[in-house]
Amino acid sequence: MAGIGIDAPGTTELLIGNEAIARGALEAGIGFAAAYPGTPSTEIMESLASVAKKMNFYAEWSVNEKVALESAAGASFAGIRAIAAMKQNGVSVASDFLANIVMSGIGAGLVLVCCDDPSAISSSNEQDTRNIAKWLDIPLLEPGTFQEAKDMTKWAFDLAEELDTICIIRSVTRIAHARGNVKLGELPRKEHKAHFDNICPVAPTLTKFIPYPSAWLHQQLHVKLDKAREVFESSPFNWYTGPEEAELLIITCGSCWLYSLEAVKTLNLENKVGILKLGTIWPLPQKLIEKHLSKSPKILVVEEIDPFLEGSIKEMIADLPPASPHPTFYGKHSGHINAYGELNPNMVIGATARIMDITYESRPAEYSKKAAEIPFTYMPLRIMTFCPGCPHRATFWAIKNALRLDGRDGFVTGDIGCYSMAIGPAGFFQERTMYCMGAGAGVANGLGKLAQFGFNQPVLAVCGDSTFFHATIPALINGVYNHSNFTLVILDNSATAMTGFQPHPGTGITAMGETTRVVDIEDLCHSLGVQVDVCDPFDLENATATLLKMIAENGGPRVVIMRRECELVRARREKKPLYKVHVDPDKCLGEACGCNRLCTSAFSCPGLIWDKDAGKAKIDEVICAGCGICADICPQEAIIKEAV
Amino acid sequence: MKTLTKDPLNLIIAGVGGQGNVMISLLIGKAFVRQGYFVTIGETYGASQRSGSVMSHLRISRESQYSPFIPNGRADIILGMEPVETLRILQQFGNSDVITITNSRLVYAVGMEYPSLDKVAEAIKGLSARLWLIDATDEAAKLGDPVFANMILIGTLIGSGILPLDKESLERILRESVPKEKLDANMLAFNKGMELANRG
Repeated sequence: MAGIGIDAPGTTELLIGNEAIARGALEAGIGFAAAYPGTPSTEIMESLASVAKKMNFYAEWSVNEKVALESAAGASFAGIRAIAAMKQNGVSVASDFLANIVMSGIGAGLVLVCCDDPSAISSSNEQDTRNIAKWLDIPLLEPGTFQEAKDMTKWAFDLAEELDTICIIRSVTRIAHARGNVKLGELPRKEHKAHFDNICPVAPTLTKFIPYPSAWLHQQLHVKLDKAREVFESSPFNWYTGPEEAELLIITCGSCWLYSLEAVKTLNLENKVGILKLGTIWPLPQKLIEKHLSKSPKILVVEEIDPFLEGSIKEMIADLPPASPHPTFYGKHSGHINAYGELNPNMVIGATARIMDITYESRPAEYSKKAAEIPFTYMPLRIMTFCPGCPHRATFWAIKNALRLDGRDGFVTGDIGCYSMAIGPAGFFQERTMYCMGAGAGVANGLGKLAQFGFNQPVLAVCGDSTFFHATIPALINGVYNHSNFTLVILDNSATAMTGFQPHPGTGITAMGETTRVVDIEDLCHSLGVQVDVCDPFDLENATATLLKMIAENGGPRVVIMRRECELVRARREKKPLYKVHVDPDKCLGEACGCNRLCTSAFSCPGLIWDKDAGKAKIDEVICAGCGICADICPQEAIIKEAV
Repeated sequence: MKTLTKDPLNLIIAGVGGQGNVMISLLIGKAFVRQGYFVTIGETYGASQRSGSVMSHLRISRESQYSPFIPNGRADIILGMEPVETLRILQQFGNSDVITITNSRLVYAVGMEYPSLDKVAEAIKGLSARLWLIDATDEAAKLGDPVFANMILIGTLIGSGILPLDKESLERILRESVPKEKLDANMLAFNKGMELANRG
C-alpha cells in the first residue's frame, strides 16, 4: 500500500490495478474519497486511507455505497475533487443517486470507480457496469493495463470537470487485483478550499444541484455526451496495432486487450490480424470505429461479460449509409466468445484460431496425454471453508443443533459475507437462501408473514456486523413495523472480515485510524423495542439454548448477536492461540466410536485431519488455530484443549 | 549479467490459502522490476484466507506488459508450497521443459481422502523436466516456525540459478518489505533454501 504515496515522479512501482487507480486519484489532487469495501474494489480505499492523513485529504469507509457516492458528491458540490469506489453490486446500491446526479452536473471533478467481477469470483452476480453508463448517460473509461488504470483515473477528473458530469472508471478483477508496472507521475501541491455555491446563474430560486426541470436537463445531458464523444475520437486511450489491411480485426477493451495481443502473438498472426483497443467505452468514438471497420471483412469483438461493444457497434452500423462496409461479426452472438464468465488468453487464442482456421496446440500431445492420465484422486479438490478458529463455524454448529432440536424444519436466510460459506459443508449447509447485502432479513420479512397460509417453519435470518449497518437495519425496522415473525442472528466478528478486516460503524475506528463513537448494535435494536440476546458462539451450549429459546418465540423479530472477534484479527494482535489442542489416541475410538467421524467429516475444520494409518482423528498443528471448539463436540472427550 | 532464458518467462507459485503466495510473488516481482523488467502478477484470491487452492502467475519480460494469465501448457517454472497443488498446476500448465520446485508437506483438504506423498511426488516427477522436492515445512519448523517454509522455497528458487536474480537482489527487497526484527530469521530460512538447492 505504501507505494501509492511515493513522491518520486518517474520511478516505476509494481502496483495492483486498485493501487494504480488510487495513485491516479492522488495525482489528480483529490480532497475526498469514500467507499464501502467489496472485492475486487477494496484496496482503492485501503491504499487511499493509508496516506490520507499525511497527504492532507479526507478518506472514509461509508456505511454503504449509496452514502459513499452521496458523500463524495457533497464534496464535489463544494469544489473538492472526490472519488467513490465500489464493486459492481455497490453500483446497484448507489444507482438511485447516480440516476439523479447525472441530471444536475457536478462541482469539482467527481469520479465513480466500479470494479466488476467477471466469473463472480468473489460475488454473487456478474453485473456489467458498462450497461449502467449507457442506461444513465455517463461517460465511462476502462483501463487495459496498470499504467492506464493510473493515467485514466487522473484524466477522468479533468474530463468530469470539462463535461460537467460524473465519470465512471470501470475495472475488472484481472486489472483491479493483478499487479504490473506503473510509472509514477507528479503529485500536485495545492491547498483545498471548500465552499458551496448557493446561487444558480440561470434561476435564482434554485441551485445547480437540484435536478429540475428534469426533461430539459436530460436534453442537456445528451449534449454533454456528444461532447464526450468528440473528445474520445482523439483520445490516446484508443489505438490500433496491426496491418493496414487485415484478414481479421479484433475490437477489444480492458483486460481483454492483453489477452488479444497474446493470442495474435502466440498464433504468429501479427501480419494478418489487427487489434483496435478501446479505452473510452461510453459514449463510443463513432468516427474512429467507423474508420477501422473498413480494415477487415471480419470483426471479432473480445470483451468481458455482456456483448456491450458488440451490440453498440452493430447499432452504430445500422445508421451508416448502405454503401458502407458491413463486416461479418464474431463474438458473443456467434458463440466464439462466452457471454458469461471471465475470459483468458486460452479463450481468445481458441476463438482467433477458429476464425482463421488454424490449429493450435499449447504443448506436445504426448505431455498432455501423460498429464491427463494422473488419477483424479491424486488431486482432491479444496472447498471454500471457514478459517481454522472462525467463530462462524461454531455459530452455524449451534444454529444447526438448535433448528434440529426445535424440530419444525426451520431454516436460515442469508446474504453475502464470510458466513455465505454456510451454503456449503463449512457451515453445515445451513444457509438456504443467499442474495445481496441485507437480503437475509429482507426475505425473512416475507416468510415471517405467511402464518395465514399455514406456514410454521422457524425462519432465522443471518447477517454480519458490517452488513447489519449497510442494509439490514431497514429490513429489521420493517419487521418491527409489520410484525413479521423471524429471528435475526447477527454474526458480530467486529470487522468487515470477508474483504480484509475494514472497520465499520460498530468498531469505533475510522478509515483514517481515528477513534470515533461506537454505534452499538444492541442499543440500536433495543431502541426498536426488539428482544436482544448476546452470545459467545464458542460457548456452544449457551448459544444453542439461546437460539432455541428465540426460535420458539412468536410475534415480531428478535435478535441474537453472536459476538466473537474474527480469529485472524485476534491472532494477529495476540500472536498466540487460545488453547493448545491435541487428540488423545487412547480415547479416540476412530471408526468404532459410532460418531461417524463427527470431528473430521462433519465439523469440517481444516485443522482436524483423519490419520488413515492410525484410524483416528489428529490435529494438524501447523493449521490449528487453537479455538478448542472441537474439544466440546467430541462425544468421547478425546480432543484435549489446554489453556495457553 | 544473466538474462531470462525465455521472454516472457512464466512462473507459477501454487499453494493453499495462508501459505504466503502473495508475499512470494511480490518479492520476486519487485526484484525484477528493480532491474527494469516488465512484471505482471495475477493472483487467484478471494478464497485465499480460507484454505482454498491459490496460485500466482508471474510473467516477466524485457519487452512488454503481459496479461496476468499464463496460457495453458505454458509455464516455465512452478514453485509449489504444497505437493498436491503443484501437481494440479503441472497438469494444466506444465510442458516438457517445465522446472518444478515443490514443498513436500501435504496440507489436507477438508473432508477429502488424501493421496500419499510418494504417489504425488512420483506424478510430479513424471511431469517435470527437472525437480527439486524440498522438505521446506519440516526444515522451517527446525528453524523455529513452519511459516518460514515459503522463504526456504524462495531460497531454493534463487539457489537453483534458473532466474537471473541473485541473493543480493532478493535481500534488498526483503529489507524493504519485512520488519527489521524479522529480517534475520527470514534470511536464515532463505539461506537454508539456497543450501538445499545445491543439494538437490
